[in-house]
Amino acid sequence: MKLNADEQAMLDGDGAPGAEARQKAMHLLVRYGEALGAEALVATNNVTGTAGSSSTFIRDFYAKEGDGDRDRLFSRFDLDSDEATDHIPMARTFTCHLQTRIDPAHADIMGTPSGALDFHLEGQAHSASLGVQLLNTCTPYANGNVPVMGEHCAWMESSAVVYCNSVLGARTNTEGRESTAAAMMTGKIPYWGFHLPENRLGQHRIQVEVEMDSVMDWGMLGYFTGAAVEEEIPVLTGIEAPASLIRHKHFGAAAASSGGVEMYHVAGLTPEANTEGQAFGPNKPGLDLKYGTAERRHTYETINGNGHSDDVDYIMLGCPHYTIEQIWEAARLLDGKRISTKTALWIFTARQVRDVSDRNGYTKTIEDAGGVILTDTCSAMSAAVPKGTRVAATDSAKQTHYLPAITGVEAWFGSTQDCVEAAITGKWKGEAP
Amino acid sequence: MSNTTITLKGRGIVEGVAEGEALVTSETISGWGGIDSMTGTVVETRHELVGQSFKDKVLVFPGAKGSSGWSAAFHTARLAGTAPKAVIFNQMTTKVALGVVVMRTPTVTELDQDPLQVIETGDWVKVDGDTGIVEITKAAARD
Repeated sequence: MKLNADEQAMLDGDGAPGAEARQKAMHLLVRYGEALGAEALVATNNVTGTAGSSSTFIRDFYAKEGDGDRDRLFSRFDLDSDEATDHIPMARTFTCHLQTRIDPAHADIMGTPSGALDFHLEGQAHSASLGVQLLNTCTPYANGNVPVMGEHCAWMESSAVVYCNSVLGARTNTEGRESTAAAMMTGKIPYWGFHLPENRLGQHRIQVEVEMDSVMDWGMLGYFTGAAVEEEIPVLTGIEAPASLIRHKHFGAAAASSGGVEMYHVAGLTPEANTEGQAFGPNKPGLDLKYGTAERRHTYETINGNGHSDDVDYIMLGCPHYTIEQIWEAARLLDGKRISTKTALWIFTARQVRDVSDRNGYTKTIEDAGGVILTDTCSAMSAAVPKGTRVAATDSAKQTHYLPAITGVEAWFGSTQDCVEAAITGKWKGEAP
Repeated sequence: MSNTTITLKGRGIVEGVAEGEALVTSETISGWGGIDSMTGTVVETRHELVGQSFKDKVLVFPGAKGSSGWSAAFHTARLAGTAPKAVIFNQMTTKVALGVVVMRTPTVTELDQDPLQVIETGDWVKVDGDTGIVEITKAAARD
């Protein structure tokens, strides 16, 4: 991999404060870039990651080697260095923190051990000291970090990555904890994959033959798409109604869970697909699939494969984190109602969305109905469900995919309305479309 | 033994040499949410390897899928002592590249034959991440 003078200086040790951390970061980027087969690095000033966060397992592991201190931990784990450095400098780039494992305001109901909470708060203070913006959400694009067309980013969080590439036309690969830490120190990331225009063209076609009228419709189509194309780029055709931020959010999250979709085109709707021809460029569709009522039905049944009992005890909304529009919808569905004594309703969002929800009175409406609005995390991230949960229900194909594996519960997938009704009655009555 | 050994050539992307028993899957693997780093076990409910451990095995798989926590999940497996001994995969992605780099297990990709066709679970496999050479002794020949 070729390094320019700036990059080589960081690798050699530039002598300025924080040089040691930049050197470790550049060393990791070189190992990573060469593994990829990248020929160069590219400059970025937009990183989303988990800098500063850590698990108590990782802390305890490095503490045994005398590297339990935050900066030393960051150099050992986040920068994957054999030797610690005592000084991690301020981020060189605009860097946002993604969702965390803990909601400090609801540590009690989430069963967060007090030691873990203290360690988390210490980590957040460390992140802030490095200049990391504590958005604490999986939806940075809905909370103040909206990259522009063509902008080179280094983002984690598969649902955010696919949104960034597909809906915004910005450019990022699915980075990881260590590569975003290195990018934040250096302002560089391997110039590979989705950073190159020729790698952004469509590879497979999915002809959509059903109406796409709801968030649930988009979630199912996303789940089908990911399973079909795995990590390659689909072009969806036949969709005429424009999709909202929310629909794209649920589509991308599902496609990135059932497969590894990091970019998609919707002909006529997404920025690099004014036409189907533009989306494919010189490529011919590899797979040429249709998505009709049979495929939709099969997808619904697949997503619901881990749902058995209709006695639901946990309704989880907010994967990816709910937008204020979705909180508004939940508040309207719950207005004047009361959820069953047998169920818990947790709604996850970003802290700044919750702030608006508080101001608008939605939080009160939802709490009066027996629901709770949580922030900063979700059930899958925290591996936390209400005590005694055996059967969950959610309007997120992604969360339905992950919850059984992470927490061992059964999980149902349906519409937001199905979910709110289940919260009120304690019974799952969702039906295939 | 040498006449029962199959040799494949690929690109070594994480240095070092290791050998062990192969664990092969034709399905891509999720890291975060797909494996339990503490036990080195696949936990994704619909995965054909669900409940099986890759600890000390040579993991042969098509590539990575799912969460961007892939690297951190396998990085944590290294710390927990549950990482595979070596890795062979087909489909290059940022998730798997970063994951194997920080897991630091000898890794080879871009092999001259599809390793998923040549290697079966139980075969003895030697992976040279420096030269990109993979040597396979079929399980049948090991008896």
